[in-house]
Amino acid sequence: MGHYIVRRLIYLAAVLLVVSAITFILMHAVPGGPFDQEKRVPPEILANLNRRYHLNEPLPVQYSRYLYDVMLPHFTTNPPKNTVDNDFLINFRISKLWVQWMNFGPTYSSRSRTVNDIFRQQLPVSMQLGILALFLAIATGIPLGIMAALKQNTIFDYLGMSLAIFGVCVPVIVLGPLLVWIFAVEMKVLPASGWGSTPPFLFGVFPQTLGWDYFKFAILPVVALGLGSSAIIARLTRATLLQVVREDYIRTARAKGLLERLVITRHALKNSLIPVITILGPLFAALVTGTFVTELIFGIPGMGRYFVTSITNRDYPVIMGTILLYSVFLVIANLVVDILYAYLDPRIRYD
Amino acid sequence: MTTNGDLLVIQNLVKHFPIMRGVIFQKQIGAVHAVDDVSFSIKKGETLGLVGESGCGKSTTGRAILQLYRPTSGHVYFQGVDLVQLKGKELRKVRRSMQMIFQDPYASLNPRMTVGEIVGEGLYVHQLNQGKEIQDKVDALLEKVGLDPAYANRYPHEFSGGQRQRIGVARALAVNPLLVVCDEPISALDVSIQAQVINLLEDLQGEFGLTYLFIAHDLSMVRHISQRVAVMYLGIIVELTSRNEMYLNPLHPYTQALLSAVPVPDARIERKRQRIILTGEVPSPVKPPSGCRFRTRCPLAKQICTDQKPEFREVAPDHFAACHLV
Amino acid sequence: MPELLQVKDLETNFRTNEGIIHAVNGVSFHLKEGETLGIVGESGCGKSVTVMSMLHLIPSPPGKVVAGQALYAGQDLITMKDQEIRHILGAQISIIFQDPMTSFNPVLTIGKQLMEPLEIHQNIDKTSSKERAIRMLEMVGIPNAGERMGDYPHQFSGGMRQRVMIAMALICNPQLLIADEPTTALDVTIQAQIIELVKRLRDELGMSIIWITHDLGIIAGLADRVMVMYGGLVVEEVPVVELYVNPQHPYTIALLSSLPRVDELGHRRLASIDGLPPVLLEKPSSCPFAPRCQFVIERCWSELPPLLPVGVDHTAACWVDPGTGKERS
Repeated sequence: MGHYIVRRLIYLAAVLLVVSAITFILMHAVPGGPFDQEKRVPPEILANLNRRYHLNEPLPVQYSRYLYDVMLPHFTTNPPKNTVDNDFLINFRISKLWVQWMNFGPTYSSRSRTVNDIFRQQLPVSMQLGILALFLAIATGIPLGIMAALKQNTIFDYLGMSLAIFGVCVPVIVLGPLLVWIFAVEMKVLPASGWGSTPPFLFGVFPQTLGWDYFKFAILPVVALGLGSSAIIARLTRATLLQVVREDYIRTARAKGLLERLVITRHALKNSLIPVITILGPLFAALVTGTFVTELIFGIPGMGRYFVTSITNRDYPVIMGTILLYSVFLVIANLVVDILYAYLDPRIRYD
Repeated sequence: MTTNGDLLVIQNLVKHFPIMRGVIFQKQIGAVHAVDDVSFSIKKGETLGLVGESGCGKSTTGRAILQLYRPTSGHVYFQGVDLVQLKGKELRKVRRSMQMIFQDPYASLNPRMTVGEIVGEGLYVHQLNQGKEIQDKVDALLEKVGLDPAYANRYPHEFSGGQRQRIGVARALAVNPLLVVCDEPISALDVSIQAQVINLLEDLQGEFGLTYLFIAHDLSMVRHISQRVAVMYLGIIVELTSRNEMYLNPLHPYTQALLSAVPVPDARIERKRQRIILTGEVPSPVKPPSGCRFRTRCPLAKQICTDQKPEFREVAPDHFAACHLV
Repeated sequence: MPELLQVKDLETNFRTNEGIIHAVNGVSFHLKEGETLGIVGESGCGKSVTVMSMLHLIPSPPGKVVAGQALYAGQDLITMKDQEIRHILGAQISIIFQDPMTSFNPVLTIGKQLMEPLEIHQNIDKTSSKERAIRMLEMVGIPNAGERMGDYPHQFSGGMRQRVMIAMALICNPQLLIADEPTTALDVTIQAQIIELVKRLRDELGMSIIWITHDLGIIAGLADRVMVMYGGLVVEEVPVVELYVNPQHPYTIALLSSLPRVDELGHRRLASIDGLPPVLLEKPSSCPFAPRCQFVIERCWSELPPLLPVGVDHTAACWVDPGTGKERS
């Protein structure tokens, strides 16, 4: 298994390299630069800006520079300065030597912010939203699916699956404002927008406090976002459980006189979770890296909008940074899922 | 090479499946010795039964003969020509003369083709007939196997297991083969249907002068349909002789155990029988035991059985066995 | 010897898209203590459904027992509630199934699955439970039993898995063991091992056995009495030796003549039975074997024959005497 994990991590590095190269080429292939859009900038200022951000250099040089900043650790004896050019994600000291790693560069949209600032300040918010939404999806989807499967073709099944279809068909862009209108505008029990925690975060990701003041902001967006995923999970759980319950070993369990409740929990569930775990990997990656529409509707200061706006703004470092981040999450989530398989199903062994 | 009237001569046939391991680069660390030096011959018009339990390599032997698996080494002389040396177009031409009937009547017919298309495909591929001729020939074949030609437009799932097997037989016969390899053709069928299909195979053999290699694990049925029987164990043939000699005078301990294990539909006999019960499990074909492969389960094993591999030799007229103790 | 099990007029249906399949159409039989009953028939004849349905083990939306009773130790298994029959299953009545590959849960260890009946039915502590499980594994001939407890089903061969299945079925010392084609998926030498094992355990533990199979060879050495089924009905019930010497139902006769025998020297053309088994979309009101029968007369097409006495302890559901070809008086 160790071999396997090492192999997968090597593949991760290779994937990131390829993704960065393709993204870089596509980025620069699209006409227009980051500073053309705004008010007409005098050519000298444009030249200065381009020089400052190294945009006048040939593309291979720019790309190598980027790889150097992001992928290779820097060693220096000077203590780190906190400037826009010198903002590394990881800094530590070994006696007199400073080790620094992962500088994703500045964002072109502001003079004082870097991509790492975005990662530090806004990524955690998206992650919190995503994790809560995933949690809701699993906590409601799996039980719903189980109930629908066990009571197949009864009112519980039909109601449950109708709810699931509703969740899949109604997009966040409809559900979100609907929820805001009902609970925030009409009933006035929940806030219409905003998020309950601000930097600094616990362990870089989690909110400092977890009271009503935090959750009141979280409820509506989490429901709006989680319902769709919950529906997918419910349908999948139902389908696999229906199949598993017809397997021979379930009949063996019943033939031993096992209580039906235990037949399901002890024998059926573990087997039916495997396909569900499969989709949780990509689902986790998608939810946790930020969802544009939900964050927009609920005014949540997350990372979602950077995925979209950075492209129209030609904010190259942010584009590269967000895409690489998504790739990392996706690959690691899939690796975790594969390891979970081997834990759940003893027939699966990786060499 | 001269084969003196034998349609099929197998010499030292070997088929190993490699086992690969590796982190990035895969290398072979072992092999599954599915077929490990098998030799026999079949005369024209004869039926040779190849019997053995699961994992003994009988199905692999059948497929290696038809070049569905390319043998690792050895010779397969079909009408004097070594099939192992043939490739591409030449091999395709020879395929007309040798056909296979498969075990699973549910999996071996393409569910998206009509019965007529399935049976006629060989004719079309080998360009034996055109258009209407193909349809006529298909109808004639379906009738021959006992199916109504009007069913040619139906799909496999509309037929029962026994009927599907008949379709498989019709398909195999369409191109007028000389040799038909039957790979467990009745194992998946109900008992009362098995007799129907076996009788059909026997009738067709008489009518068209077919040569059969009948592969199965059911020793009763194999003895019924074959003139000679070969017993396989873990990739080698342990005994080969006529069907009666095999029952009256089995020489190899495995054959004896096999015969002893086969139940007879007769209570007076069964209730009194003393069976030879083999101990242990079949060893892995990845690492077959040294010397005689059967020694780990043989009730008569001696030291020589561990040290030396027994030769497959003629120990009585037309009676071959691979055992030190006969 | 007292009657252990008495089944009367059992009828079981399955609701399908094509209509209602009448899988079991009035089956009655009995089993004495210590007796081995063989139920023989081909696929679709209802042999498995008969036994499984009376034990509440058929999937219940499509399947349903619509009539009959099955008296076991004075209680009717059919009218029992699911909760009640669970006390009997695994403890007094145990079952071993056909396919050892799929009959075990692939994600749980053999040890856990083996100890489960003890956990359900007997109140003993974990250690004693484990000891008993190991002893059972040894009894059925699994080497290194202690270590094997932590292995998973896929680490065992087919024959070994079937032995574990037997161990699991016998661990609570049942009175009645039901074997539903347990050797069909096994090689013939392994089959012989398993049958010898069951016979030895039967003698040691003194249980009654119902052995369901399509193989008329196995049943010859195992059973005391045999019940032949066709079309959801019992067509012949007979002591085992008599079955092969003097079969009385045309189906049994035809079946026996269609079997090749390994001890035959000459070549006898197998007598095949034309046609196909019935589909049973309607409950048979006449003999279901009539379309394929070589002895068929007028009456067979209009009246369903009951089991008529044809010898000592020997009944057959047929209007015709196959010895004379004429109707029975």
